[in-house]
Amino acid sequence: MTVSVAHIASPATGTDPAATGAGPVTSGAEPAATGAEPVTSGAGSAAGEALLDESQPGGRRANLIASLRTLGSRPGFVVAVLFIAFVMVTAFAPGLFTSHDPYATAPADRLVSPSGGHLFGTDELGRDLWSRMLHGSALTIKATLIALGIAIVAGLALGVISGFFGGLVDAVLMRGVDVLLAIPSLLMALSIVTALGFGTVPVAVAVGVGIVPGFARTTRAEVLRVKTLPYVEAARGGGASWLRVLLRHVLPNSWGPVAVLAVLDTGIAIIAIASLSFLGFGAAPPTAEWGTLISAGRNYLVTAPWVSLLPGLFVAMTVLSLNHISKTLQELER
Amino acid sequence: MTAGTSQLTSPPTSPLVSPLVTIRDLHVGYVRRRRTAPAVRGVDLSIGSGEIVALVGESGSGKSTIANTIIGLLPDNARVTAGSVLLHTGPDPEDADGPALDDRLDLDGHGRRTVEIVGAREKVLRGLRGRVVGLVPQDPMVGLNPTRRIGGQVAEAIRLRGVSGDDLDAEVLEFLAQAGVDNPQLRARQYPHELSGGLRQRVLIGIALAGRPRLIIADEPTSALDVTVQRRILDHLEGLVRESGISLLIITHDLAVAADRGDRVVVLQDGEIVEQGPPGDILVSPAQDYTRRLIAAAPGLAHGGQIVPRFQLPPEQVATPDPVIRLENVSKRYPLPGRQAGSFLALDGVSVEVARGRTHALVGESGSGKTTMLRIAFGFEQATDGRVSLDGVDITGLGWKQTRLLRRKVQLVHQNPYASLDPRFTVGQSITEPLVSFRIGDRRTRTARALELLDQVALPGSYLDRLPAELSGGQRQRVAIARALALSPELVLLDEPVSALDVSVQEQILELLTDLQERLGLSYLFVSHDLAVVARISHTVSVLNRGRQVESGSVAAVFGSPSSEYTRELIDAVPGQRGATRQAGSRDDDVREVART
Repeated sequence: MTVSVAHIASPATGTDPAATGAGPVTSGAEPAATGAEPVTSGAGSAAGEALLDESQPGGRRANLIASLRTLGSRPGFVVAVLFIAFVMVTAFAPGLFTSHDPYATAPADRLVSPSGGHLFGTDELGRDLWSRMLHGSALTIKATLIALGIAIVAGLALGVISGFFGGLVDAVLMRGVDVLLAIPSLLMALSIVTALGFGTVPVAVAVGVGIVPGFARTTRAEVLRVKTLPYVEAARGGGASWLRVLLRHVLPNSWGPVAVLAVLDTGIAIIAIASLSFLGFGAAPPTAEWGTLISAGRNYLVTAPWVSLLPGLFVAMTVLSLNHISKTLQELER
Repeated sequence: MTAGTSQLTSPPTSPLVSPLVTIRDLHVGYVRRRRTAPAVRGVDLSIGSGEIVALVGESGSGKSTIANTIIGLLPDNARVTAGSVLLHTGPDPEDADGPALDDRLDLDGHGRRTVEIVGAREKVLRGLRGRVVGLVPQDPMVGLNPTRRIGGQVAEAIRLRGVSGDDLDAEVLEFLAQAGVDNPQLRARQYPHELSGGLRQRVLIGIALAGRPRLIIADEPTSALDVTVQRRILDHLEGLVRESGISLLIITHDLAVAADRGDRVVVLQDGEIVEQGPPGDILVSPAQDYTRRLIAAAPGLAHGGQIVPRFQLPPEQVATPDPVIRLENVSKRYPLPGRQAGSFLALDGVSVEVARGRTHALVGESGSGKTTMLRIAFGFEQATDGRVSLDGVDITGLGWKQTRLLRRKVQLVHQNPYASLDPRFTVGQSITEPLVSFRIGDRRTRTARALELLDQVALPGSYLDRLPAELSGGQRQRVAIARALALSPELVLLDEPVSALDVSVQEQILELLTDLQERLGLSYLFVSHDLAVVARISHTVSVLNRGRQVESGSVAAVFGSPSSEYTRELIDAVPGQRGATRQAGSRDDDVREVART
């Protein structure tokens, strides 16, 4: 079977409608310019569906640009992204936004209320709260990233394997996940931290294990949906190996909801990590973590409410921003 | 229907005497990414009482948008930018106590109420829906609430008229019986999943009737159903409407259906009416190229209601000594779900062979086993019994690895081009994927091959970087065909390759397939439920019914003189035959007389 004989026309000029009776004919730039589904102008009797306007950008890049433009036109989303970006920067370079030393005590300036010099005021030892907050970001955000990394890798692997192979593998893995889901998350985190010892990394591991089941479930559901779609079957029909089908078709198309869940779970992880350090399972003092800051201010809630409330507000803002980003992304997917 | 029956006495040939709906200069657009894309552009249309109007057009022509505007169910991103839709409801005592109609009404001098739909409040529209305008939705599979019994869903529509108590139950049964549902007492207690697609569509028609509307809008009412069921349902719906004097607006992409059913056919293109008139006039002397193209594309209409096979094969050539693929006495048994040791016989000793360079078609309704047969031929399913041989080599019961090697000889094109292309793959990636899977060539030669394939399916090379979402249905199917050809197979299995496409696009894809067959010497195994399509492309055909082979032979022989009742039924169900009869001479008045008796 030779294939080279089968030229209809040169690709540059499109095709000859008379030869195939099926050659689509462009009708100028008009259809695509309207932004609607391409339509014919009805000029040619043999014309089928109009071609896309060549001058109009297409393909992946245009899709990405269009999505970014839609997102950029939502002020709430932009603000949330900027805030999260700020938090991320403080996590890795807290010194950029404050000149105070987070550990320097100043007995004269105890419990000073927020002002130009001390944005968040000072705590009971006269340490600058804003600077402690920013330095606390480093530990909290790093713990969150570790937790999320564990959750995504383990959750995705579990979900893909049980969704793709099904049968006994699926049954065993999912019962394991069910057991994890049956244990109250805080209780499980506490027991893991107790077993591993106190500190930032054990807290991160504890929280990460706690959010694995959610990822595994979501991924499995998506994989189950995608793997029955005709394009997966078409790829198999084209001779693609199982691994190729899994990596090139199933995984990229299952990824969307998982990514949304990842953003949402970042917020949950932050809260969980802050709760654990609030309870005293996190880094040892005087190191600051968001949870320890909130916890330390409890005793002065009446006389100096900012010591507890401003860090709390900061955490709330972060989680709220993450939730908003996640929700916007979810809407975009639809 | 007091108003309706009184109008029935005067023939509704001049519908403008008492229009029920008047659409004037309607413009509707859809907002997407802050731009308004027009979908309907300046449409003037009126529907008379007791008239059947058929709106015909390809997808994207705005026909459903017009229907949704009439019933006030446009999606949120739609904007009516200009024009008006007036609904004239009669001076019916039933309406007088209606809850919402007293809003925005004006009497037009004939004692009738007129309601402007455009810009009307939801309360007003709700009063009209069901009671003045009824809707028969497109897909019966999703049109019913799966958690409620049939009876309850019909009763909902009846209750709108204030009926309650014992009358309600009686009316439920009455409307179900009217819609042609057998054994209404039983059906009313059943859930939607217990009913077949045809029965569900009848229930939906019953629901539309239950509000005693003046107008029923049927949006592609039967495109999801088998041809024979399609015909029965349309016959029934038409009979009901004629009897009770309800107006009917049928929306379809198939001119043959429109010509069969409509008193008046309205042809839409790009949101504008290009032509309208009685089907006889439109079919005999279409004024527009576009209409002519639609007529040519409807196989039933193009040849005066006859199915004319494209290939005439002499009887001695039907059997071939050296077929590409031969499936002998293939049976397939599926275990039924549940503990009981029951099983379902999907195929029962069917034999099929495909001659080199020819097309063999498998025809049948859903559940006839034709797709199972195709999947066995492709190695996606294993036959319970029987043998499959490719190029004379027995391939029955091969494992996944060996079957994979056969992919280079046999390829499959799926039914739905909207689902068979990975949305994240560019056209180029999709086409070259089989080459990558078999490690053929390098990046450069693969791109060259992709360009060549695009050229073969008459798409320009610039499409390589496009995503499927940017292409229309026909273009996507071309890409799917190009992908199937990438490995230069000998045999291509086609699973209803055109049933998801508009009639005019179907024609182009069939033409492309025939053309490719001639130039590349391909053999096709073609599965379809549409006999008109089969006649356009196939040399030989097997008719399947519930897993059994009913008949087989050359298309000319089987379709020309069918030996079984089942085949004859399938042939009779091909739309366009009544329209073509009108075309042959008798004016549509006579036909209407016949239809009414």
